[in-house]
Amino acid sequence: MKKHLLSITSNTEIARNIFEMKLTGPGTATMTVPGQFLHVSVGKHTSKLLRRPLSICDVDLEKEEVTLLYRAQGEGTKQLSQKQTGEFVDVLGPLGNGFSVESIDEGKSALLIGGGIGVPPLYYLGKKLREKGMKVTFILGYQSLEDSFYIEKFQEIGETIVTTVDGTLGIKGFVTDAMDQLISEEPVIYSVGPAVMLKAVEQKAAGLNGFISLEERMGCGIGACFACVCPTETRQSGYVKICSDGPVFKMGEVVL
Amino acid sequence: MSRLSVSLPGLNMKNPILPASGCFGFGKEYAKWYDLSLLGGITIKAATLEGRFGNPTPRVAETESGMLNAIGLQNPGVKGIIENELPALEPYNIPILANIAGSTEEEYIEVTKQISASPLVSAVELNISCPNVKEGGIQFGTHYRSAADLTRKVKSVSEKPVYVKLSPNVSNITEMAEAVEDAGADGLSMINTLVGMKLDWRTGSPILANKTGGLSGPAIKPVAIRMIYEVSQKVSLPIIGMGGVSSAEDVMEMMSAGASAVAVGTANFVNPYVCPEIIEKLPELLDEIGVEQISEMTGRSLRQWKTPLSSR
Ligand SMILES: Cc1cc2nc3c(=O)[nH]c(=O)nc-3n(C[C@H](O)[C@H](O)[C@H](O)COP(=O)(O)OP(=O)(O)OC[C@H]3O[C@@H](n4cnc5c(N)ncnc54)[C@H](O)[C@@H]3O)c2cc1C
Ligand SMILES: Cc1cc2nc3c(=O)[nH]c(=O)nc-3n(C[C@H](O)[C@H](O)[C@H](O)COP(=O)(O)O)c2cc1C
Ligand code: FES
Repeated sequence: MKKHLLSITSNTEIARNIFEMKLTGPGTATMTVPGQFLHVSVGKHTSKLLRRPLSICDVDLEKEEVTLLYRAQGEGTKQLSQKQTGEFVDVLGPLGNGFSVESIDEGKSALLIGGGIGVPPLYYLGKKLREKGMKVTFILGYQSLEDSFYIEKFQEIGETIVTTVDGTLGIKGFVTDAMDQLISEEPVIYSVGPAVMLKAVEQKAAGLNGFISLEERMGCGIGACFACVCPTETRQSGYVKICSDGPVFKMGEVVL
Repeated sequence: MSRLSVSLPGLNMKNPILPASGCFGFGKEYAKWYDLSLLGGITIKAATLEGRFGNPTPRVAETESGMLNAIGLQNPGVKGIIENELPALEPYNIPILANIAGSTEEEYIEVTKQISASPLVSAVELNISCPNVKEGGIQFGTHYRSAADLTRKVKSVSEKPVYVKLSPNVSNITEMAEAVEDAGADGLSMINTLVGMKLDWRTGSPILANKTGGLSGPAIKPVAIRMIYEVSQKVSLPIIGMGGVSSAEDVMEMMSAGASAVAVGTANFVNPYVCPEIIEKLPELLDEIGVEQISEMTGRSLRQWKTPLSSR
């Protein structure tokens, strides 16, 4: 856990309002666990005060480079999208508990399901699972063709099924509509996206082993302010903090 | 005596900086970032008698130069804090200010009894100003008679000095300060957050699940400065100042206004190292204006400029 000043090597729009930002600096050496996030300072501290949690999408340890994919929607991420190559970005991280890649049987296949801006962390995760020799399949859900990104890059790692809400690309519908034939092999499930999607995925995949990553508005990002709690029935305290106990939890561990 | 040290009832601090309640958990998270023994002290998150889960999420929203929070006093309850949280702070050997909250007089009294008896607690901070729970003490914090009553009762059972944390959501904060001074408070903490609200203009729905929340951060600093300036002229109690402090310059300004020590809240979220960075910079600022001891800063503004605020 550290604060780093990373320098921007590129910051480009790769789909409608979706930006790919590559950052470099020695701090990237610790970013080895998929599913962890960076708490990113977007502008002048005094006006946009709070940091934005963004998932680690990819890390190139040799080039000391980390990739973030983000949607420029609110004021903070719009400011981030205006930053130029060579500018510095102040980040805390890597934060949180990511996906445990080690604890999974190598013989298993993995089904990685991402919705919208939940897609980015699945890229680094997919690469790590592939390195372990697992068979990796992706289901990526977008609103529409214009909002889709990184599909070819995912295809390099494993079979990639795309769904769009309006049917402009791949299967028309939601990610859960593409799950049926794939869960018969009893894969390990890894899913990131909005809470409604995660809930639907958990229902479809009932009985399977799997992990989900949650989102919530954050203050500190390190477990001190109690902004990001989520109820759970599996711990005595009755809650987990998404920033420090998560963002990744076992399926069924938290109440969605 | 080091030039940064300050001494307040129960709190002998090697420098005037302590994290504000609720913005530093119980310390252990920030202990992963730096050595907490660098701090002048620590204010821990509010304790209530039983554990509380707090409000639904979203609990925070960003605003221009500030943020709203409606955490809702989530904490494991006073017993859990004494048994599981306080011992971890012992090795740092710095004063601990325990923030206490409750829904009823009885709850405040019981929490005070228990937590003030802990040898690790140096003083208690009576939170009668949390705007985020229906029964969170704000009902005591907005009527000066009930504030005075509660202060008197808590004071009679507390084994440690009692600081009363004042709400800015009142029409006359000086009246409140005078009332709790008369009731025997040993010091004041000010200010807590200002009640605010943020809406999604498209849907009209409030961002916070609690609808309203407490505004903190740089946006409220001028309000805090004015209130500390005003109150410090009317009461002789030491003041722990807070509200929007995020730099060493802010600390100097707040002490000038009348604070004897300064708590840093929201700024910890922006920069986890903010407290040690401020502490490191203070001597440089003292040099710049030729002041030897930081304690001489307290109330400097009025002494230098003799501009009392007209009492309202
Ligand atoms: C663990 C985690 C990982 C994430 N990873 C990514 C990612 O890889 N790519 C990506 O585009 N987005 C990601 N998000 C969501 C991203 O943090 C928000 O979209 C972003 O903070 C919105 O900021 P803004 O400036 O656009 O919006 P504003 O409306 O200006 O934000 C105001 C405040 O609300 C918070 N906020 C608003 N929407 C969200 C949200 N959906 N989730 C959390 N906080 C929010 C902001 O952080 C900020 O504090 C992630 C969220 C979490 C919790
Ligand atoms: C997330 C959060 C939680 C807080 N929790 C408490 C609390 O439990 N008890 C309390 O007395 N004040 C609480 N406060 C108020 C702060 O201690 C402080 O008075 C206020 O935030 C102003 O200081 P700042 O602008 O430096 O944050 C909280 C503030 C924030 C932002
Ligand atoms: S964001 Fe502060 S506890 Fe999670």
